Amino acid sequence: MDGASEWVAVSAQPLAPDELVAWATRRDCGAVVTFCGTARTTSTFEHEIIELDYETDVDLAESRIRAVTARARERWPEVRAIAVHHRIGTVLVREPAVVVAVSSPHRREAFEAAQFCIDAVKHTVPMWKREVWQGGSAWSEQTEDIVDVGDLAP
Amino acid sequence: MSRLLLLGPAREAAGVRSAEIDAATVDEVIALATLRFGKPFAEIVAISRVWVNGVEASPGQDVGPIDEIAVVPPISGG
Repeated sequence: MDGASEWVAVSAQPLAPDELVAWATRRDCGAVVTFCGTARTTSTFEHEIIELDYETDVDLAESRIRAVTARARERWPEVRAIAVHHRIGTVLVREPAVVVAVSSPHRREAFEAAQFCIDAVKHTVPMWKREVWQGGSAWSEQTEDIVDVGDLAP
Repeated sequence: MSRLLLLGPAREAAGVRSAEIDAATVDEVIALATLRFGKPFAEIVAISRVWVNGVEASPGQDVGPIDEIAVVPPISGG
């Protein structure tokens, strides 16, 4: 039996993409599209990054992510399940910082909705990351002014 | 007293994550916070959005004891 259709979480727990895929898989769906955003060594600074440190207000961030999933459902009503998890605190290089999983009966809607969700999360969710290298750290210089999900291009 | 929530670089510049501020409007809250937390905080505020209860504040908006005002600097998530 299929359960809830939304799973939004912002927490310091390590992310488990396989768990999101298993949760999003539905009997009437032929597609589950997953996106993992992982911590990488490169940045705008001339240092090799060893970890990222994410910060937010959990309630605000989860509320903004739910606005993203609601908008995705309006645009792709065929979509069945949407999971968006964002990690906060320390994320080591190669670990996922954000995971999106979307299921739908056919792949096109799942691909499109998953891409919309990760792009919209990047533009609309209050989240900040410090880039940490050997002997130093700084807030990421790759920043943008936050917008509302309703402001995003259709 | 309204609750002021300071996020990311705003939290770092102020040295605290939240503060209670007694003011009648959102502009007064920000002005009093800037006096309290100084120039580095003022520089962050100048490039930030200000939300009241999760919604962009309008100029001169009234605030009360149950309102949460957030200073939201440019973001860098994902």
